[in-house]
Amino acid sequence: MAVKNKKLNLKDKYQYLTRDMAWEPSYQKKEDIFPDEQFEGIKITDWSQWEDPFRLTMDAYWKYQAEKEKKLYAIFDAFAQNNGHQNISDARYVNALKLFLTGVSPLEHAAFQGYAKVGRQFSGAGARVACQMQAIDELRHSQTQQHAMSHYNKHFNGLHDAAYMHDRVWFLSVPKSFFDDARSAGPFEFLTAISFSFEYVLTNLLFVPFMSGAAYNGDMATVTFGFSAQSDEARHMTLGLEVIKFILEQHEDNVPIVQRWIDKWFWRGFRLLSLVSMMMDYMLPNKVMSWAEAWEVYYEQNGGALFKDLERYGIRPPKYQDVANDAKHHLSHQLWTTFYQYSQATNFHTWIPEKEEMDWMSEKYPETFDKYYRPRYEYLAKEAAAGRRFYNNTLPQLCQVCQVPTLFTEMGAPTKLSHRQLVHEGERYHFCSEACCDIFKDEPEKYVQAWLPVHQIYQGNCEGADVETVVQKYYHINIGEDNFEYIGSPDHKHWLSIKGQKPADQSKDAA
Amino acid sequence: MSQLVFIAFQDNDNARYMVEAIQEDNPEAEVQHQPAMIRIQAEKRLVINRETMEEKLGRDWDVQEMLIDVISIGGNVDEDDDHFILEWK
Amino acid sequence: MSVNALYDYKFEPKDKVENFNGMQLLYVYWPDHLLFCAPFALLVQPDMTFGDLVETIIKPATAAHPDAAKADFLNAEWLLNDEPFTPRADASLKDNRIDHKSMLTVTTPGLNGIANVGY
Repeated sequence: MAVKNKKLNLKDKYQYLTRDMAWEPSYQKKEDIFPDEQFEGIKITDWSQWEDPFRLTMDAYWKYQAEKEKKLYAIFDAFAQNNGHQNISDARYVNALKLFLTGVSPLEHAAFQGYAKVGRQFSGAGARVACQMQAIDELRHSQTQQHAMSHYNKHFNGLHDAAYMHDRVWFLSVPKSFFDDARSAGPFEFLTAISFSFEYVLTNLLFVPFMSGAAYNGDMATVTFGFSAQSDEARHMTLGLEVIKFILEQHEDNVPIVQRWIDKWFWRGFRLLSLVSMMMDYMLPNKVMSWAEAWEVYYEQNGGALFKDLERYGIRPPKYQDVANDAKHHLSHQLWTTFYQYSQATNFHTWIPEKEEMDWMSEKYPETFDKYYRPRYEYLAKEAAAGRRFYNNTLPQLCQVCQVPTLFTEMGAPTKLSHRQLVHEGERYHFCSEACCDIFKDEPEKYVQAWLPVHQIYQGNCEGADVETVVQKYYHINIGEDNFEYIGSPDHKHWLSIKGQKPADQSKDAA
Repeated sequence: MSQLVFIAFQDNDNARYMVEAIQEDNPEAEVQHQPAMIRIQAEKRLVINRETMEEKLGRDWDVQEMLIDVISIGGNVDEDDDHFILEWK
Repeated sequence: MSVNALYDYKFEPKDKVENFNGMQLLYVYWPDHLLFCAPFALLVQPDMTFGDLVETIIKPATAAHPDAAKADFLNAEWLLNDEPFTPRADASLKDNRIDHKSMLTVTTPGLNGIANVGY
């Protein structure tokens, strides 16, 4: 054990890395070296108080990351060699991956860019080191996700041009604009937005129950990259909490600024995660946990404990959390029926849930499903059976802030849209909710520039005036392969042939 | 109001020892098995001790090894060479 | 409030009417008919008549709903930007004071959507 005693302990190692290797500038002013550190109004009096509770140093970082990668790629190889895609529960599941690859993986890349940028902006060395590690983590996530899904791309449609689609397709402007909003903010708002509000408060909802669901649907590759990414996420979350506590402890003037950012970014994240709600309830054929249950555990319970802990700093729970809590009974159903009617313009398929699935939803949503949503599917099924599979042929109004169609309903009035509008400097703006409207009012200059896909089509900036041209030419969605109804799609037929079954009755399949 | 801390691990061989060690040091903790993962929650505080882990594994164990198998955590982290603690104070 | 930025942060709104090549945007919301998930976003000519709007744009947009055939849109209850509004069918949108990015809400009493739950 003599050797062991020679080793530096964790605290010393971390101290050497984040303090002793940094230096005070002598011939340049600190404000000139770190020009973005002041303008947000956050006051930092003592950077030496910054602490990474994991006390991770570069040697340990590379060692453990390398080990994670080795495990991960061994599983990817095994998955590909054994044609793992044939062992998933049902090919409908792959549609969740199509949404993930176009909607989430590019955000990992955006996070990499964001952390690389803010990592340059802090005068505290501890914060710079933490941001640098996280930047590398996020790049790893983006890459491993693409590698994992490249196997699916060989066998299923809709996965061929994710990064290109992310910058153009209507519903992908929701995740894209979320991250653009965060990255164009100052460094402290970026950390509050991504490290705290998104990573700590909300990403569990995507990476824990959804990934567990991937395992339950036989997708070894996805659960493995998901959990491997999430093992970094545990560090990021811890950092997110430390960031908030650090900023709040530095100066009392920081409290109202941080509170406003928490209100804003909780809501922005909640709107973004509405996509995840339908992935969980509708796109996992074998179901683990409903969106409402996941929300209760990961937001109401864990978020509740968190905000109780932050009370001592004068921080209260996010302003519109009661609206979000109420929405857990409706969200996934409202989203899925939206995507169902606009499947002509998506790179993934939609479908009417099967009978057992609807019964599961009745059980999980006893107050709402049978009353409000089951009748929708019964009607849509009847129409589809009569050869009139419903598509909405008119474009929807989008929210100026979150860019989701203005489809959400009022708290306590689930058949009434929670639309808001205002006039700012002579222009009218429309919102999905009071919360998004508030966000606009705080920073109108930012959101008047929003690149709203529907308006861009109408301005003639998307290579055509009709949906078909936009979808094919501008979005790179292959018509008749990637889009429309699942039943009768090439993916569906391919799956049936893998399983040695005949395609279903063609007369019902007309898209 | 109840204030739970939690930790989730991948359901693999390493994690099983970790769960055993946690159960021994935190008898009131609740262990939940979900597909491919194990989630453990406890009121206010949860500790993983290096010593208990080394006993379970029969070898030296570095507290940071847990980084490989952890999926998520909730609570303030306090880590040093001998333990990993999650808590709401 | 306004944005906190490193420089004078001022940009043109992306959706000013002059960007729409002589056309304008109009949103139409038909409450209790959530088969259509959100209000329609429509590209319209400012000098088209309100009657033409109903006949050539609103009727086709809503046709997939079983209530559409029963709806008398012209004589229904209208709101323009959340204010009570009585449209003049033979006047242009402009003369009806429907400007760019206005929203019309049309309620058709007695028609409560599929299964009577606003769908």
